[in-house]
Amino acid sequence: MIPFTKVSGIAAPMPAPNIDTDIIMPKQFLKRIDREGLAIGAFHDLRFDETGAERPEFVLNKIPYRSAKFLICGDNFGCGSSREYAVWGLLQLGIRAIIAPSISGIFFGNCEKNGLLAITVPQADVDPLVAHASLPETSEMQIDLHNQTILASSLCVPFEISDTRKQLLLSGADHIQTTLNATDQIRAFEKKQQSHAPWLWAHLAKG
Amino acid sequence: MSLTLYEKLVRQHTVTQLDDEHVLLYVDFHIMNEYTSPQAFAGLHTADRPVWRPQAHLAVVDHVNPTRPIQSLNDIEDEGGRLQIETLSKNCIRHNIQLFDLFDPRQGIEHIVVPENGFAWPGMVIACGDSHTTTYGAFGALGFGIGTSEIEHVLATQTLVYKTLKPMLVQVDGILPIGVTAKDVVMAFVAKVGAAGASGFAVEFAGSTIAALSVEARMTICNMAVEAGARAAVIAPDQKVFDYLDGRPHAPKGADMVAALGNWQTLQSEPGAQFDKVVHLDATMIEPLVTWGTSPDQSVPVTRTIPNPTNDADHRALDYMGLFAGQSLSGLKIDRAFIGSCTNARIEDLRKAAKILKGHQVCSDVTAIVVPGSKDVRRVAEAEGLDAIFRQAGFEWRGSGCSMCLAMNDDIAMAGERCASSTNRNFEGRQGRGVRTHLMSPEMVAAAAVNGAIVDVRKMMETHQ
Ligand code: SF4
Repeated sequence: MIPFTKVSGIAAPMPAPNIDTDIIMPKQFLKRIDREGLAIGAFHDLRFDETGAERPEFVLNKIPYRSAKFLICGDNFGCGSSREYAVWGLLQLGIRAIIAPSISGIFFGNCEKNGLLAITVPQADVDPLVAHASLPETSEMQIDLHNQTILASSLCVPFEISDTRKQLLLSGADHIQTTLNATDQIRAFEKKQQSHAPWLWAHLAKG
Repeated sequence: MSLTLYEKLVRQHTVTQLDDEHVLLYVDFHIMNEYTSPQAFAGLHTADRPVWRPQAHLAVVDHVNPTRPIQSLNDIEDEGGRLQIETLSKNCIRHNIQLFDLFDPRQGIEHIVVPENGFAWPGMVIACGDSHTTTYGAFGALGFGIGTSEIEHVLATQTLVYKTLKPMLVQVDGILPIGVTAKDVVMAFVAKVGAAGASGFAVEFAGSTIAALSVEARMTICNMAVEAGARAAVIAPDQKVFDYLDGRPHAPKGADMVAALGNWQTLQSEPGAQFDKVVHLDATMIEPLVTWGTSPDQSVPVTRTIPNPTNDADHRALDYMGLFAGQSLSGLKIDRAFIGSCTNARIEDLRKAAKILKGHQVCSDVTAIVVPGSKDVRRVAEAEGLDAIFRQAGFEWRGSGCSMCLAMNDDIAMAGERCASSTNRNFEGRQGRGVRTHLMSPEMVAAAAVNGAIVDVRKMMETHQ
């Protein structure tokens, strides 16, 4: 996982609510067993028309947003299907952070596991960020995870993030290894459950 | 402090508290499908890690398989889908994980075969790489969807780093009017709170309406709660749930069942437990609902007209759907009718839809298919003669799978077509690029198929009487 510390780049405004993962990564890109080649799939049906030609009106096809690193979004971004392909595609397109008033739960978790910074701030803070992003000359922003701030020209928006998430994102640590360091605790839990709720260990799937 | 059911389930599965909002949560049971699991296994292999507890997992093929009869995997034309099915099988063999493969008699949509085979019980934590895992809340289990990295995490550690949710109570009381179903109850809930209204919450459904519903109907409700953003939905288990589980192949038996029952009966929110949000629904006021937009919360009773748009998203949705404010959905012509999905393809759903169809013909302009949720559902339906009713009415009687719920196989509609669908998502392009999906109950889909247009199913029920 790529660590996230301080990142600068263009922010693109996408203020519509309920942008779902079917839109972020349409189904035709889900038929694979690897994570490669998904940049083309990100927002595919918004970026390209039926003939494969770019839709010039779509924000990520415009200058300077073609090279956007951040998306400033509306409520409930990433809702719908659990497909992590959506996050892989965004990262491969160069997106490093999503800022929205609310971000859907599973998508949020998927972001975190891949080092895509997902930030929720109140709508009152999103609005000026959208306004800044909407003007090419003020669309350059900087996100400082250490200090938990989003800088856009003269604007400085603070954000909340739990310590657990922050440390994992800053370090880019292997989540599974971090959990496996607690192997003894997991084993202890299992032992306790086996004595308190033995039926849970008796009838599950047999290999 | 008094605990809600949700809080109890989390507490009983907490391995350790990580910080104020995260716990390391133990996962009792984990389900995988062919399209969100391959990269998880690949990650496991790269890191050379074993599966922590192979018998706590089940894999099911459901998303990409065709629903027309095939003899072998070679008959699947789509290479990507075939590769995913083959890869799942290889991974399950390698790690000794139980698999309901495409040709297994128990195959079907994961959220249908898991309850059917008695894998989901009260008090369990169940995770699956699919957002509709909330379905298992109907049993008083904590079920939730996870992404692929989390699948890998469960495979390797049997746990998840879990962000705890705030409890929300949805109190539904009153007797449901005739022709109004569990699907309408949950659509009414989603419409009332909005597509993000339960974001960050674990919803508990309670009240006399819920108590009166069958276990299958409760699954419909918990299944679709995720469309309001709820990452968990629970219903306190009762005798109906215990009876449902009794005798299912993988449910506890004998002394285990006795011990389990003792525990299951304690699984309720305690008196005085605090909910962060409470929503009331009056079941007697709910009518059959139909979506008009591209988000599941954009619905209206079939008796009403499409509301005025309030924002850009509404305008865009109307534009995509080819509709305008003030228009009545009743009478709107459809091209397709689809009965299927983990929301509404259980045996009770098929019985109810067949009841509407009996003695009627699907309108000649409409292509109608019914995809039973599992091979078991299909067999039971055939034993009851439901397949004959569907076929005689003009529905295609298919094999089981997700099919046109997300159109990842070859069951796909054409751009511009309007589809009456018993599924859970009306997103842009969900059933094919440019396809216009209208969500409704399976009874309403049956009625629409016959009329060639969206119609209030209650009108057809009157003519029946
Ligand atoms: S039926 Fe639809 S919602 Fe259910 S698991 Fe399949 S694709 Fe997902």
